[in-house]
Formats: sequence, structure tokens, C-alpha cells
Amino acid sequence: MSSAHVTPGSVPGPKLAAHFASLEVQKHAARLGMWLFLATEILLFAGLFACYAAYRFLFPEAWAASSRSLDLTMGTINTVVLITSSFTAAMAVHYAKEGKNKMVGHMNVLTLLMAMGFLVIKFFEYKHKFHIGTLPGRYYFYEGIQLPGAPLYFTVYFASTALHALHVVIGMTVLAFATVRAYRVGDFSANNYTQVELGSMYWHLVDLVWIFLFPMLYLV
Amino acid sequence: MTPSSSIAAPGAAVPGHEAHDDHGHHPSYLTDGTTVKSWLLTVDHKRIGIMYMAWILLFFLVGGIFALLIRIELLTPGPTIMDAMTYNRVFTLHGVVMIFLFMIPAIPGIFGNFMLPLMLGAKDVAFPRLNLLSLYVYLAGAGFALWGMLNGGLDTGWTFYTPYSAHTTTTVAPVLFGAFIIGFSSILTGMNFIVTTHTMRAPGITWFKMPLMVWALYATSCIQVLATPVIGLLLLLVTAENLFSLGMFDVARGGDPVLFQHLFWFYSHPAVYIMVLPAFGVMSEVVSAFSRKNIFGYRAVAYSSVGIAFVGFFAWGHHMFVSGQSTFNAGVFGVLSMLVGVFTAIKVFNWVGTVYKGAVEFSTPFAYFCGFLFFTVFGGMTGIAVATVSLDVPWHDTYFVVAHFHFIMVGATIMAFLAALHYWFPKMFGKMYHEGWGLVSAALIILGFNATFIPQFLVGNAGMPRRYYEYPERFQALNVASTAGASLLAFGFIIIAIYLTYALIYGKRVDNPWNSKGYEWLTMSPPPTHNFIGPQPTYPEEPHFYVDPKKAQGEVSDV
Ligand code: HEM
Ligand SMILES: [Cu+2]
Repeated sequence: MSSAHVTPGSVPGPKLAAHFASLEVQKHAARLGMWLFLATEILLFAGLFACYAAYRFLFPEAWAASSRSLDLTMGTINTVVLITSSFTAAMAVHYAKEGKNKMVGHMNVLTLLMAMGFLVIKFFEYKHKFHIGTLPGRYYFYEGIQLPGAPLYFTVYFASTALHALHVVIGMTVLAFATVRAYRVGDFSANNYTQVELGSMYWHLVDLVWIFLFPMLYLV
Repeated sequence: MTPSSSIAAPGAAVPGHEAHDDHGHHPSYLTDGTTVKSWLLTVDHKRIGIMYMAWILLFFLVGGIFALLIRIELLTPGPTIMDAMTYNRVFTLHGVVMIFLFMIPAIPGIFGNFMLPLMLGAKDVAFPRLNLLSLYVYLAGAGFALWGMLNGGLDTGWTFYTPYSAHTTTTVAPVLFGAFIIGFSSILTGMNFIVTTHTMRAPGITWFKMPLMVWALYATSCIQVLATPVIGLLLLLVTAENLFSLGMFDVARGGDPVLFQHLFWFYSHPAVYIMVLPAFGVMSEVVSAFSRKNIFGYRAVAYSSVGIAFVGFFAWGHHMFVSGQSTFNAGVFGVLSMLVGVFTAIKVFNWVGTVYKGAVEFSTPFAYFCGFLFFTVFGGMTGIAVATVSLDVPWHDTYFVVAHFHFIMVGATIMAFLAALHYWFPKMFGKMYHEGWGLVSAALIILGFNATFIPQFLVGNAGMPRRYYEYPERFQALNVASTAGASLLAFGFIIIAIYLTYALIYGKRVDNPWNSKGYEWLTMSPPPTHNFIGPQPTYPEEPHFYVDPKKAQGEVSDV
């Protein structure tokens, strides 16, 4: 696409869109845009946090009891998995800046594998809940906790973890694109790594949201 | 459609096209590609603005027809043309279409898209493809919402209050989901405008040399980015509630409907500023151009936009004075709401200061400015009145509130919308409309608007509740007056549609009929694809630098 202005022998660089004054500005714009987008994502979850806070205040006992019914081991493993994947996502950016495209691809594959692992663990947690009946709203049939407000806890639990899982899937899609490009085109370099960087920023957000969700749902 | 034929012939002498011989042979954005595809897949912010315009005007027509149906139903105390259920659907449809499909996107989508890059001396917005995407996301959301409304419709009102919206058997889910998608579009546009303002300003345009329209759009975008995600989440939760009874806002399952109201108004109160701030921006441009003076108190006007955006976030509770809120909360929310009034007053004083001793040219956009000033002041004052808890308790959910928000929100925004349409029509199409008809329709619309809503203040004060399709005999006279006003209003819009369409085809070719000094006029009308031909203009002065008639012979005579 941009081969027109690549001088022979040079590393293929990023394409400067016609409406930007310079590559510098273009990169700045991309990053600022991403930051704003991430802010909106955090605010999306903030709405759920507000619901959580309000109902926890209204039903303290039910919330404490329901929280204890979650599988802490699985939650902890998932937290570790996600934090590690955030590290590999950061490493991908590091290698992209050095132009080591193969390593960018490898790091992204690792991140994707861990993301998949996260979803698998989440799947088993969900399956268990469907089995014992700790379900949202009118679907709740768990005998263990008979406090008013418990079904509501699981409404919040499922709403927030499902929304987060959706973000994991979106993040995986974004990373997959960068992976394919790293392997197939291999044009990431010191002055062309925005795509990897933005993908990794998004992945850090997915991680960050979970770091809030985990203590909120499992620990406190 | 060949509005461009006059400039298509290279170098041809076009009657009425004076100066700008150098522009004559450059294609404008309108003629640069004429296939359907070149429009539908364009990334040119100007074409995107025009496409927004086409759709938004269509939705405005739809919403307007439903408004008239409401008014006709209310002509007589009993049932007139529809049953109660249909009435509920009609006013919901009216509200949803007008708020989500017209008021929120209208000025940013059309004039923001078109003017923002021009006003910043940029070739386009920062993310042109995202810009196109936001148009299609908007249309997808509109499609969902309208499909839901036609297939069953919903009867919740545009506020979707729970627990009713969770239980009603009408089609709530697609409409809520549609509104959610439209919110996405709003976020994308907001992000794009913020990044554009930060990164694309031409050399010479510092923050305090940005046109006030840009400041207003910037403040609006900040609200869009900060508030929309919260309503997005809320709409998703209510959709889930409606489909699966999850109990989130349902008292029967331990949920709390008041929590819904908090989250709803956390967005929807700032949303009223999403609608009205761009209007303020338009008006700052118009008042300056037609008083031939730079705006009085530029910084105060710029800062007050940001101030409104900020306090707008802390005023939501004034919609919940009767929801069981503590007296203390109600007082705090009341006072915070009034702060918005203070910031608005700053703007009003500065606009009036601009007109004062200006060389006023009373053209159509200025006529709308006058209407705007009246609606803003009157609507704002009634805002202060309803923000006073003891007054709001009897007025709540009566036609008084309906009149209040129509005055400020619809009145002010429509005035600005029409002012923008007339002020920038020559910029966008390079054609001029008939000034006489412009003034006639402006008079009709301002008159019609007052005739529609002043009776509603009175009938509301007398105790008529909103959202009822029957009412006691004694309210009839005022309702008939209101319906008569609405017909006048509709008539005004029809005239505008006729003469603007005519102007689009046969209008006189113009470049800058107002001799405006706004930055967007530094390029030809209609602008070429990348906004400028040849070197980028320079911006040595503030926007709207008009020569002071008194100083003209003195110090600054060289300007
Ligand atoms: C500047 C533009 C403004 C707009 C566009 C606007 C718009 C609206 C809208 C749409 C509603 C009704 C919502 C509904 O229930 O359907 C409303 C209600 C209200 N507005 Fe405004 N408003 C504005 C300014 C103000 C100001 C400055 C104040 C206070 C100083 C204010 C105070 C109120 C109050 C207290 C209510 C609730 C009344 C009730 O439901 O009983 N508004 N406004
Ligand atoms: Cu409000």
C-alpha cells in the first residue's frame, strides 16, 4: 500500500496520512485517541462498580456470603494468568521497537494463549455456577445462601465478568491482527510500532479492569 | 443534482462569482467524485457532514410528524384520534427520535464535522475513517431503534424508567439496544473531535485563538466521552433486565429503581448540555459575524463552556427531588444546578455585550440569534425556578417541566440549528437563498414556538400532568392554543424546506456573502477536498477580527 514512497533499501516505514502534518503528530493523535477510548471503557465499568457499591451497602450480609461462595483458587489463578499476559504484551512492544518482528509475533502468541487459558478457567467457574444455581435474578436456586440480595449479587457478578470476558475476546482479536502482521509483513520498527503499542494498551486495560474486579468480587 | 455545474467549467466566467478566479477551476468537495460510492465511502469530513445532514433532517421530519400527532390528540379533552396505548407509543417515539436521533447529533454531526477542521486550519479530522464509521454506527443504532418502534413500539417514554421498562410487554429491548449503539457513535465523534483539537491546529492557532464554536464542540465532546459510557452500561443492564428479569432495578427482586434514576440522570442531565453547548458555540460565531465585532469577553465565553461541562456532572439529582431524596441532597443539587445558570448568564452577557455598539446586520441568522437569546434567558430562568425544591415539588411531571425543557433545549437548539443552517449554507454549497423568505420563516418559527410552549407553562402551572392523553375540560383553551402554535411552527419549517431546496438548485453563486472573518471562510465556498488550495492560510489575528470602526482611521488602520 505505502510502497510508493519507500526508498530502496530502507526499512518500510509507517504511512503518513494525507491530513497529518508529520508522523510525530500522527502518532500523538493515535495515542491520545487510544487513551480517550480507554477512559470511556473504564467509565463503562465504573457504572457497574457504582451498582456494586450501592447494593453492597443495601445487603451487606448477602454480599459477604455470596462473595465467599466464589472459587478463590480459580480467581487467583486467573489473576496471575492475566498479569503475566500483560507482561508479554508489554514485551511485544519492546521487541517491536527493536524491529524484532518474529519476537513480537511470539510474544503475542503467548499472550493469546494465556487469554485463552483465562477464558477456559472462567468457563469452568460459570459451569459450576450453572450447576449449583448461583445465578442472577429469577434463575437463582442455590440453597446454600438464603439471604435477600444474594441473587442480585450474582446479577452483578455475571454482568461484570461477562462484560469483562467480552473485552478479553475483543482484545484477543486486536492482538491477533498485530500478530499476523508481525509474522507476515514484518514491518514493525523503531518508528513504526503504533499498532503493537495500541493493542498492548488495550490489553493492559483488560488486565486493569480485572485487577479491580477480582478483589471486588472475590476478596472483600 | 448539479449545484456545481457553474464551477465545473474550467476558467469559465460565472455570473455572480466575482473574486477567486484562482478557485474557479478547482473542484469543490461536492464535485470531487459524483458516484454514489464516492459519497457512501468518503472519508472527507465535509461529505460526512452532508450525509449526517440528510439523515438528521429526515429524522427531524419523523419526530416532527409525531409531535403534531401528539398536539392533535390533545386538541380535545377526551380521546381525539388515537387510543391511550397509541398515545403512549407516539410520545415515546417522538421523544426518542428527537433526543437521540436529532438533538444530540444534529449540530456536532453536521456543522461540527463540516466546520471543525476548517476552523482549525486542518485538512480533515484526526481519524477520518473512524468519522465515517461513526456515521454508520449512528445509522445502525437508528435502524434498530426505529425497527423496534415500528414492530410493537414502546410506551415507556424516552426516559425508560424502571421498573416499568423491565415489565412492559412492548418492544423495549431493540430500542434500548439502538440507543446504546447510538451512544457508541457519539463517543467516537467526541473522541475524534478532542484529538483533532489537540493535534491538528494549524500553526498560529493557539488554544485561545480557536473559534468559540471549537471551544463549544470541545467541551461537548468531553461530556460525550465521560458520560455516554455510563448510560451505555445502564441501557445494556435494562435490556438484560427486560429480557431475562435479572432483578437489577426491580424492587420485587431486591433491586433499586432509584439507582436507575441516578445513573440515568448522571448521563441525561449532562446530555442536555451535549445538546445545548454546540448551540452556544454556533451563536457565538453568528453574533460576532453579524455585529461585525470580535466576541466580547472571548475567554469568559470559552471558559464558561468548560465550566458548564464540569458542573453539568453534579446537577443530576435535580430530576429526583420527589424520589425520596434527603432534603440535604435536594438542596445541594438545587444549588449546583443554579451554578449552570451562572455560567450561562456569563455567555448571555457577553453576547449582548458583543451586539452592543456593533454594526448589526439584521439577516436571517441574526433573527435566529434574537429568538435564541429569548429562549435561553426565559428557559434558563424557568430552570432556576424548577431547581428550587419547594417550587419543583408541585411542578414536577407537569406541563411546566415540559415547557421548561422545550424552551431551553428545543428552543435554543433549534434556533442555533437554523442559524447555523442559514449562516453556513453558502459555505457548504456556495449558493445563496432568498433573504426575505428567510426572515419570514424565522418570524413564523419564533412566534410559533412561543405560541406552542407559553400555554404549556400556564397549563402546567394549573396542574395538568405530562404524558396523559385525556384531561379535564378546563385545560382545553390552553391546549388548543398550543396546538395552533405548533401548526405555525410546522408551517415555518415547510417554507424553509422549500426555499433552501430552491436555493440549492437555482441559488445565486456566492463565496462569502456575509464578509465574515471566521477562519472557516478563509477558503473558497464550497471548499475543495482537502480544504485548502495552495498554501495553508495564516492566522495572524483572533477569529473574527473585525476592524473597530472608530479605530479604523487610527492605530490599526493597516489591518
Ligand atoms: C441549559 C440547558 C438546559 C436544558 C437543555 C435542560 C433540559 C431539561 C430537560 C430535558 C428536562 C426534563 C427531563 C424529563 O424529565 O424528561 C429538564 C428538567 C429540569 N431542569 Fe433543565 N435544562 C437546562 C437548564 C437547566 C437549568 C440551568 C436548570 C437549573 C438551574 C435546570 C433545572 C431543571 C430541573 C430542576 C428539572 C426537573 C424538573 C422536574 O422534573 O420536576 N435546567 N431540563
Ligand atoms: Cu437536568
